[in-house]
Amino acid sequence: MRRNKAACGLRRQGCHDVYARLACQSSSLIEIPDPMLRAVLLFPLFCLALLSAPFAARAAMEIQVVGGAASQIAVAMVPFQSAPGQPAPALTEIAGNDLERSGQFRRVDVSGAPQPIAPAQVNYGVWRSKGADALVIGQVAALPGGRFEVRFYLLDVIKQTQLAALSYNISATQWRATAHQIADVIHEKLTGIPGAFSSRIAYVQKQGKRFELRVADADGQNPRTVVRSNEPVISPRFSPDGAHMVYVSFEDKKPVVYAQSLKDGSRRKVAAFKGSNSAPAWAPGGKRLAVVLTRDEASQIYLINADGSGLTRLTRGGNLDTEPVFSPDGKTLYFTSDRGGSAQIYQMPAGGGESRRVSFSGSYNVSPAVSPDGRYLAYISREDGGFRVVLHELASGQIRVLTDTARDESPSFAPNGQAVLYATVQGGRGILGTVSVDGKTRARLSESGVDAREPAWGP
Amino acid sequence: MNKILWPILLALTLSACGTTGGTPATVEDRTGATTATTAAKPAGADSTGVSSNGVAGSALPGEPGDPRKDPASPLSKRSIHFDFDSFVVKDEYRPMLEAHAGYLNSKRDARVALQGNADDRGSREYNLALGQKRAEAVRKVLSVLGVSEAQMEAISFGEEKPRNPASTEEAYAENRRTDVVYGDE
Repeated sequence: MRRNKAACGLRRQGCHDVYARLACQSSSLIEIPDPMLRAVLLFPLFCLALLSAPFAARAAMEIQVVGGAASQIAVAMVPFQSAPGQPAPALTEIAGNDLERSGQFRRVDVSGAPQPIAPAQVNYGVWRSKGADALVIGQVAALPGGRFEVRFYLLDVIKQTQLAALSYNISATQWRATAHQIADVIHEKLTGIPGAFSSRIAYVQKQGKRFELRVADADGQNPRTVVRSNEPVISPRFSPDGAHMVYVSFEDKKPVVYAQSLKDGSRRKVAAFKGSNSAPAWAPGGKRLAVVLTRDEASQIYLINADGSGLTRLTRGGNLDTEPVFSPDGKTLYFTSDRGGSAQIYQMPAGGGESRRVSFSGSYNVSPAVSPDGRYLAYISREDGGFRVVLHELASGQIRVLTDTARDESPSFAPNGQAVLYATVQGGRGILGTVSVDGKTRARLSESGVDAREPAWGP
Repeated sequence: MNKILWPILLALTLSACGTTGGTPATVEDRTGATTATTAAKPAGADSTGVSSNGVAGSALPGEPGDPRKDPASPLSKRSIHFDFDSFVVKDEYRPMLEAHAGYLNSKRDARVALQGNADDRGSREYNLALGQKRAEAVRKVLSVLGVSEAQMEAISFGEEKPRNPASTEEAYAENRRTDVVYGDE
């Protein structure tokens, strides 16, 4: 189920030669018998949510790509030959939106062109004249029992070679997941970096006085409610394996940290000590959490086992310490503190020890997130009265402002490190957006008429 | 000097309140709603997908003549407001907090939550911690006034339960506060 390792070792950064990227080849037909084990595991829970929340099924998020990378790969996506009764929208539509949202791809207009369904039918000259670097073709066939077989081919238009060929045997409920997998394959084959389109996001939706913690696909579609409450819910975080979620709920008339299985919905209190319990962060491996407690004095960072045992205090001194997050190797903890007189990002060894200030520009830097490779922090920085997402390269200290909105919150990295998910406010309501780490492509994931906040990107 | 005078004042207030009528008290809306909701729905949040809508409020307990409900008593005052980026309890709240300390010291089984709040600018978790600082500031004052730690819990709602949801300086000021909420209310 995991993505294949990049067949082509070329990195996006500093490599703007599309033809060089396309030179890598992989032409074997790979069978993926069980493309979405995860979806199957989660299905009972989703059924429950859908039964009691019919609106969840038709919630639609829109995508607005407002910029683009300097060099984009031109992909022609021919709508797959369809089968009777197949779900809508088309697989190429879902996958094409994924690719456009990343900012790395430009879709070539395929109207009026021939529509091959197999590599042998492709006239490469046609696609070359349309400016396509790569071509995606395929077909959907109906199988007994309401299942479908999807065949898709990714072809290098310049080299006239096949880069990928896959077939999926799926149920209708796996339709979108299959499209995301196809987009992942295209992303990886053409950029050398795995896609993150099959990952999921969590966020909190507020409707009136009701709060719903939701899990959706990375494109914001297919939302499933996992918690609903009349009291606020904040700070959801997926466990490293994606099977559990921790969050802070106010249902007990104070902030308490809960952990919940995404498989069966069962949950328990992880931290419900005297005072406030908040800001949970999974340690790599998913056995331990960093949390912020006030049981001893003002908000301090502690470590605790995921079952609520083994409490260890990490920070001391009576200042405000919060928003801990682990580096990918688990050795370093980044957090926000007011110990220097203003809100700034600090780091300390995860086992305890001396802390060191990380952010220096401006008087308010909060909500750190660490990139999957550990080289970058994304956090919220206040500049000229606006709160914006910035990317901070730890080695150089270089900072890049990624957004131009004024009330950004809660940044988190895509599993492949190529984009940051965040919340902002537009027209008086909370919306979710993604921005590529080069800051050039911003996409909006937004449901109409609701207030979405507290997003977290998961595996 | 206040400390010496205050118990006397408090006693006077308490006796003055003895004749107040016994209608169920009106406490702050938000707090009352929270209590009612939780009482009617012990599970709190619903993680299995069953609708939890339609919770009805019920009358709140309140002893006849409860001095905390008497508008004339400083005990009826429950909110301590803070300046921007400040966690200092201003002098104007001294009499009110001394009244609450007196009440808590006279009723050792009384429990009080000190609920800190913040305005909604910036990070929710950071604002939760800021609200906590405001709650702790009030807790420390009450502690100095002799209230047992076992009677108090300082917690924070951060920016999650704004009294005024507007994005104005006035609203921000209204939301930068700590509320004193008794356990039996």
